[in-house]
Amino acid sequence: MADRETIEIGTGSRSMLATTLRLQPLAVVGMFILAAFIVMAILAPYLAPYDPGIPDLRARLAPPVWLEGGVAGHLLGTDHLGRDMLSRLIYGSRIALLVGFFGVLCALAIGVTVGLVSGYVGGKLDAFMMGVVNSLLAIPNTLLYLTVLAVFGQSLFLLIAIIGCINWTTFARVVRAEVLTIKTREFIDAARTIGQRPAVTLIRHVLPNVMGPIIVIATMNVAMLIILEASLSFLGFGVQPPTVTWGRMLSDGRAYIATAWWLAAFPGMMITLLTLSLIFIGDWLRDRFDPRSEP
Amino acid sequence: MMGYIVRRILQMVPILIGITLIVFVLLRVSGDPILLMLGEEATPEQVAQLRQAYGLDRPIVEQYLIYMRDLIGGDFGTSLRYNGQPALEVVLERLPATARLAGMALLIAIAISLPAGVISAIYRGRAPEYIASFFSVLGQAMPNFWLGIMLILIFAIGLGWFPVSGQEDRFAVVLPGLALGASLAAVLTRLLRSSLIEVLNQDYIRTARAKGIRPGAVLARHAMRNALLSYLTVIGLEAASLMAGAVVTEQVFAWPGIGLLAIQAINSRDMAVVQTIVILAAVIVMVTNLVVDVLYSVIDPRIQHG
Repeated sequence: MADRETIEIGTGSRSMLATTLRLQPLAVVGMFILAAFIVMAILAPYLAPYDPGIPDLRARLAPPVWLEGGVAGHLLGTDHLGRDMLSRLIYGSRIALLVGFFGVLCALAIGVTVGLVSGYVGGKLDAFMMGVVNSLLAIPNTLLYLTVLAVFGQSLFLLIAIIGCINWTTFARVVRAEVLTIKTREFIDAARTIGQRPAVTLIRHVLPNVMGPIIVIATMNVAMLIILEASLSFLGFGVQPPTVTWGRMLSDGRAYIATAWWLAAFPGMMITLLTLSLIFIGDWLRDRFDPRSEP
Repeated sequence: MMGYIVRRILQMVPILIGITLIVFVLLRVSGDPILLMLGEEATPEQVAQLRQAYGLDRPIVEQYLIYMRDLIGGDFGTSLRYNGQPALEVVLERLPATARLAGMALLIAIAISLPAGVISAIYRGRAPEYIASFFSVLGQAMPNFWLGIMLILIFAIGLGWFPVSGQEDRFAVVLPGLALGASLAAVLTRLLRSSLIEVLNQDYIRTARAKGIRPGAVLARHAMRNALLSYLTVIGLEAASLMAGAVVTEQVFAWPGIGLLAIQAINSRDMAVVQTIVILAAVIVMVTNLVVDVLYSVIDPRIQHG
């Protein structure tokens, strides 16, 4: 760690910001890609050349413009109903990002609370909560999501809530482990003797300590959830049409794979690009905040 | 050792109870099974009669205990879709196909990650490492169902080397195996690289080198043995995600395993089959983890399971 710092300061050519943040080129690339996706999702109505739901039946299955048979105006071609691919790809980023970010936020809230309470209270409650964690971890998660979604129905709000209820386990584990190590420290006793409530002290000391690993896990989790959302939509269990999802585009496009490869190829590229950006950022965050874990 | 295995199996019991509880709750909120059986036109008397016959009029705790008793007795309910065939039978029929797919995926993942991990640890900071890490990051970022479709596009439709779907052809398992195994290969490559780098920096490796042992032998006999420990653990931990990935991969390749069965069962509300798959999958994951832990102590005699 130390010699790397000296080297970085010694080079001098890097900007101040890059040196302080120890930015890696890949992380910068990742941030640019992620920022582009966020802008795209927010400004979708202004960026998309067409309404993503309106079919142009005269231009069905048009290939991208650079290929033979491409239709001017449909840059990335059209799908089996003649809907503009580019517009649909742009709109698809909305669901991916919404599910990714809010799913993680939901899971984070539940996980941190469970971890704090479970670790602090200990005893039977702790044993019970850890039992729940281990049970949830043992069930292959796609199966669990599919079953729950089939039972409760499919909507964006529900999907995010269900992700929160299933995906919190890693956060709970990390927070609980930290609570257990800190609980026995002397400053907790010291704080109690001066009249501070132990729970308050705990939160004040535990949270800053787990911030690093939690940010890293959360970033990687967003990537994982984006792939999960895509697979659920692909299987027909995600947010339902007319809302555009990349996973649904992919499953629609699969039927035309032999004749119109772009229908399935482009949405997958979008998913890959977005998760790639998050992995780049996550890797950098891990080097930066969580030096204990492996690179 | 025996004592350790027994203790680990006993530890699985509360987790299994937890899983059955989750499944039981899901079953109960998924709709009234009686109405599903009888249909809309059933008279209230018929409903009440069947309700009593199935014990659904008893307190919920008692219902759970009856449910547990049936499960332990191997009765997972009967499938609505497969003419009242026992659900367990329906699922077990499909298990070999999934086992073949998962086995192939694991094989491919190991075949890719072992050389890739070793090469990127040895050629650190040089081209081979960058190439290996490029592909391993890509492998993690690509959704497996998309990779599957692209593999079909290139190798089945384009080049005609493999069948598009199904499992009649002897080599049909290759493409789905590759699609499912790619992300595992990526994870394992990264892991092997970092644990090898760590091991290669240790004193005993320097000693071995100083003794004049050839580099290849140092790697094979001294370094790999330690680096493979975490490699093995992660294979165990990834068993769950391999099972989860199989659900989607089987859908892409129309591979007739339990993943495809699960989707069909969920779509047709065949809850007996769904619960059997969930419980069976969880048991497989737990047993895999147990096997890995036992193997662990075989590879590393320092670990004593007293």
